Amino acid sequence: MAIFLNENSKVIVQGMTGAEGTKHTKRMLASGTNIVGGVNPRKAGEKVDFDGTVLPVFGSVKEAMEATGANVTVIFVPPAFAKAAVVEAIDAEIELAVVITEGIPVHDTAYFWAHAVATGNKTRIIGPNCPGIISPGKSNAGIIPANIAGTGKIGLVSKSGTLTYQMMYELRDFGFSTAIGIGGDPIIGTTHIDALEAFQADDETVAIVMIGEIGGDAEERAAAYIKENVTKPVVGYVAGFTAPEGKTMGHAGAIVSGSAGTAQAKKEALEAAGVKVGKTPSETAALMREIMQNL
Amino acid sequence: MDLYEYQAKDLFAAHGVPVLPGDVATNPADAKAIAAKFGQAVVVKAQVKTGGRGKAGGVKLASTAEETEEKATAILGLDIKGHIVHRVLVTPASDIAEEYYFSFLLDRANRTFLAMASVEGGMDIEEVAATKPEALAKIHIDAIKGVDAAKATEIADAANFPAEVKDQVVDTIVKLWETFVAEDATLVEVNPLVRDPQDKIVALDGKVTLDENASFRHPAHAELVDKAAENPLEAKAKEKGLNYVKLDGEVGIIGNGAGLVMSTLDVVAYAGEQYGVKPANFLDIGGGASAEVMANGLDVILHDEAVRSVFVNVFGGITACDAVANGIVKALEILGDEATKPLVVRLDGNNVEEGRRILAEANHPLVTVVDTMDNAAAKAAELAAAGV
Repeated sequence: MAIFLNENSKVIVQGMTGAEGTKHTKRMLASGTNIVGGVNPRKAGEKVDFDGTVLPVFGSVKEAMEATGANVTVIFVPPAFAKAAVVEAIDAEIELAVVITEGIPVHDTAYFWAHAVATGNKTRIIGPNCPGIISPGKSNAGIIPANIAGTGKIGLVSKSGTLTYQMMYELRDFGFSTAIGIGGDPIIGTTHIDALEAFQADDETVAIVMIGEIGGDAEERAAAYIKENVTKPVVGYVAGFTAPEGKTMGHAGAIVSGSAGTAQAKKEALEAAGVKVGKTPSETAALMREIMQNL
Repeated sequence: MDLYEYQAKDLFAAHGVPVLPGDVATNPADAKAIAAKFGQAVVVKAQVKTGGRGKAGGVKLASTAEETEEKATAILGLDIKGHIVHRVLVTPASDIAEEYYFSFLLDRANRTFLAMASVEGGMDIEEVAATKPEALAKIHIDAIKGVDAAKATEIADAANFPAEVKDQVVDTIVKLWETFVAEDATLVEVNPLVRDPQDKIVALDGKVTLDENASFRHPAHAELVDKAAENPLEAKAKEKGLNYVKLDGEVGIIGNGAGLVMSTLDVVAYAGEQYGVKPANFLDIGGGASAEVMANGLDVILHDEAVRSVFVNVFGGITACDAVANGIVKALEILGDEATKPLVVRLDGNNVEEGRRILAEANHPLVTVVDTMDNAAAKAAELAAAGV
């Protein structure tokens, strides 16, 4: 089954003709994603050849959906235009919008999130500043390399892109139902809890890896959610134990403020919820390996 | 980016928030001249980006220009929680009838903004929140609707601001919201917001954090950066477009992706415990990892005198490991004799065999290739300890 993205997903790319959009559209196509077109108002009506796959460019998300039946959009537009792009996707009521763009001002993200809420949350937003989502063997919406791991029964949710890749690599012999990078910004659409809820409900997923990092209290809230609602085994990892207070560590949201947002507090909350937390990525993978071997 | 109080107040003033006049001095003589200009009692306030200035002796009252010079002499150069005072703000002393608290900030959990207000200001607001939570009103703000007079009235009422000053408070709240939005701030805080004996409302202090992601639409914000106070290595890294944070250890770290680099710091810290060494920095070279980016990264790290060894930890996702390996080899060529510290390299993922082959073939005397992240961290820590 997988979560949020599957073999029936029809994907469009906002910003398909830009450098990043072009590069990753090719990669997504190569990994078997059913990409049906792109959006760029200035190039509407044109066709673009991606190594033999010719894709139409539409003037708007709405037009693209009407013409192709697309239900997923992957957004690569630059930060200055990202708010408008996401609002457009929300207004078109597309099911899933994956916002890859890094560096979106948080006021813009707060705005498009408020817009999504005000219009009834018809669009699931993943990101921004995230690697996207992959349901191996089915579809790949974003920049997660498709060749790291294949289909399997582990669900993975992570704030970090490269730690997603690392964990998929460590557990590649088991494979994944879906791996989702929710992004490291202070405000994000889909949360750890959203993914946990979906993995819990997903028949194909038997165990879950949850990767967090310093900043905010999303991991603590996820821990509380797991305690009440998740019966599948969950293994956790938290990055940033040695991060100093008050310094932003790469991700805009990765900052310890005073005593809030520390890795230690997150680890303790997860452990209190019965989650086994690894000290390093490889130890975390070993914990999951043990669970998978005993299932 | 956190601003100094005087910068925050400049932004407040630009958006119509009532503040007192004031000028900044970097030496006692200038402080004296500013006080003489005001011709009345002044407050001399240390400009540092941390709280607790008052307790640390960083805020002093002076009744004459001469006294201002003395107080400025005492305050300039103070170390307040690791922040050295290089500037003081000299501002007219004001009589205070009541002290309030007000802020707009990011509410991550609710994915919106939050207003916090209290008529019990002046003290540490975290203490108020902990000991007297009912005295701190918290009101969510709709990011689209924002804060108009009606919303500001709701906030002022929730915090029980006195009737005599409510209109002024409401007006100030609206203007603080305008500051928050127009400047792309993630925090605007006034503590204390003061009521003077004539019932005038004034922002006596100010704290503002700006969103660096929004700098593309605020060219003027570049001038607010205190270049002199920046760590020279951080400044150099910033110039080269690198995501670098200086830490106080001996193992230099280069990796790709913020999460992986944070994780690398942790793994090195664990491995370093037995040797007494720690990570020297955070450096995320991102997805590219070209020879040039690698050379820039190594250039910054190798010029950190505290660094004894370097751990390059790359997972080739989109980036291919052969490109990273070539990057390392070329970076070492570019740096030549400047590269003097041992490098431990761990590559995994996309094209890893080719990457390792390139490094093996180059056979650079400083480079050790290790298979796993944990083992590489142990090796880097060991080498750092040996080099101390």
